[in-house]
Amino acid sequence: MRPHTRWMAVASGWGVLLFAAGVTRAVAQESHIGSVTGHAPAGRPLYERYCAGCHGDDGDARGENAQWIDPRPRDFTMAVFKCRSTPTGTLPTDEDLFNAMTRGFVTTNMPPWVALTPQGRADMVAYIKTFSPKWKTGKPGTPITIPPEPAPSIESIRHGRELFQKMECWKCHGPTGHGDGPSAATLTDNKDLPIHPYDFSSGSRFMCGVTNRDLYKIFMTGLDGTPMPSFADDIKPAEAWDLVHFLRTLQPLDTPEAAIWKAWLASHARELKPIGPEGGGGGR
Amino acid sequence: MQTHYGWMIGTVVLVASAVAAHGGPPASVGTVSGKVTYTGTPPKMKPIDMAKEPNCAKEHAAAPVLTENVVTGPGNSLRWVVVYISAGDQGSTPGTETVRLDQKACQYIPHVLVVQPNQPLDIYNDDPHSHNIHPLAKVNPEWNRSQPAGAPPIHTKWELPEFIPVKCNVHPWMHGWHMVLNTSHYAVTGEDGSFSLSGLPAGKYTVTAWQEQFGTQTQDVTISGTESKTVDFVFKARPY
Repeated sequence: MRPHTRWMAVASGWGVLLFAAGVTRAVAQESHIGSVTGHAPAGRPLYERYCAGCHGDDGDARGENAQWIDPRPRDFTMAVFKCRSTPTGTLPTDEDLFNAMTRGFVTTNMPPWVALTPQGRADMVAYIKTFSPKWKTGKPGTPITIPPEPAPSIESIRHGRELFQKMECWKCHGPTGHGDGPSAATLTDNKDLPIHPYDFSSGSRFMCGVTNRDLYKIFMTGLDGTPMPSFADDIKPAEAWDLVHFLRTLQPLDTPEAAIWKAWLASHARELKPIGPEGGGGGR
Repeated sequence: MQTHYGWMIGTVVLVASAVAAHGGPPASVGTVSGKVTYTGTPPKMKPIDMAKEPNCAKEHAAAPVLTENVVTGPGNSLRWVVVYISAGDQGSTPGTETVRLDQKACQYIPHVLVVQPNQPLDIYNDDPHSHNIHPLAKVNPEWNRSQPAGAPPIHTKWELPEFIPVKCNVHPWMHGWHMVLNTSHYAVTGEDGSFSLSGLPAGKYTVTAWQEQFGTQTQDVTISGTESKTVDFVFKARPY
């Protein structure tokens, strides 16, 4: 080892020690994603480099860019998260946070951070969990059980449409899924800021992923902190897949569900009752 | 309106009987009672337009519902004020009776409810349409659950003391409070603004009165033996 390299090693060793002493709240904070273990102290510099500009040094969503961003960045001090595999009112799993960070949030300013290494993302997950005491006093919820998806069928889609009427999804998402239901204009999030329901006709990705499973999770766990509630009390797992299949037909995409729906509509459009205040049962 | 009273009297009776049944408090206990009033000009409560939910608009066709953040009564009395022992509490019993919240004609009944930590709370939807119950808790977990027409009651509870605003996102005018208090010595004022905290063993207490728009006030009171003390609270009202 050349002299100046040795000096640097010693200096950075001291740096690590001093740094570790400073990170009191991060002590023993870890995350576990598959075989990767994340460490909060290692996540801190990454967080400060990539996240603090919006989410704030203290995780309180008061970064210098935050005031220009709509919707506002997540406030990690509240420990309330939209995209979870766990029931409403519970903390997400490490994997949920890791996936959210990796995926980013479409239609918001949160980009996908897939460019960072899995280890780096795991470290940031660990660090994010140091911002709220809820991670010390509570544990993540138990992920909901999702049965295997049955093949989409016209029966499934039509039953899903009934649920869309009966569960009053249309009150916010609109009778045709355009995000223009009677309650859409008055929606606010848990910080009293205006928020829009998802517009299915936009064809954009969902807030929490692109797959049918992701869609299933969204309405069975709710998007905590937003007006979107959990329907787990009211929709049985088998029925939930029916609703997924119907929701897919609202998107302007060439999905298998849309193909089945269009084929059926070609000869049965007149049988459909409208969705909305006048709608009785979604077509049966 | 009768149902509000029924519920509140029921709660007071239940709490009183719970105190009596547990037999904990010593023979001589005191009572703190009084009245909550305001000075100044309170804001005018506005009629709520429920046209977006025709069922509810029809129910209230005769008399539109007013907002409830400042509800006044005769003699400048203030309704929906929570009065409770905030310091020096003794002789409290855990809340075991199930507290009921109704969503009826797009209103929370009662507007303000009190539960103790881990006291059972049942939430009913009495309407022919959906509601979502969204308690904006910060200390306790924030959750948000849908409850369609005819769905069974939601059985829940709060673990930690907190004043939790509750709203329905589908019907943004629906607004209520879940007050989680670490004491069984509490009361919610009725239309006449009066309250009574009974079963207080001798000691020094801090009594707090909380009103959702005007905040909190505290007063200290000392109880020695069997006696009734009067503590009145006067909130300064502003019209905005």
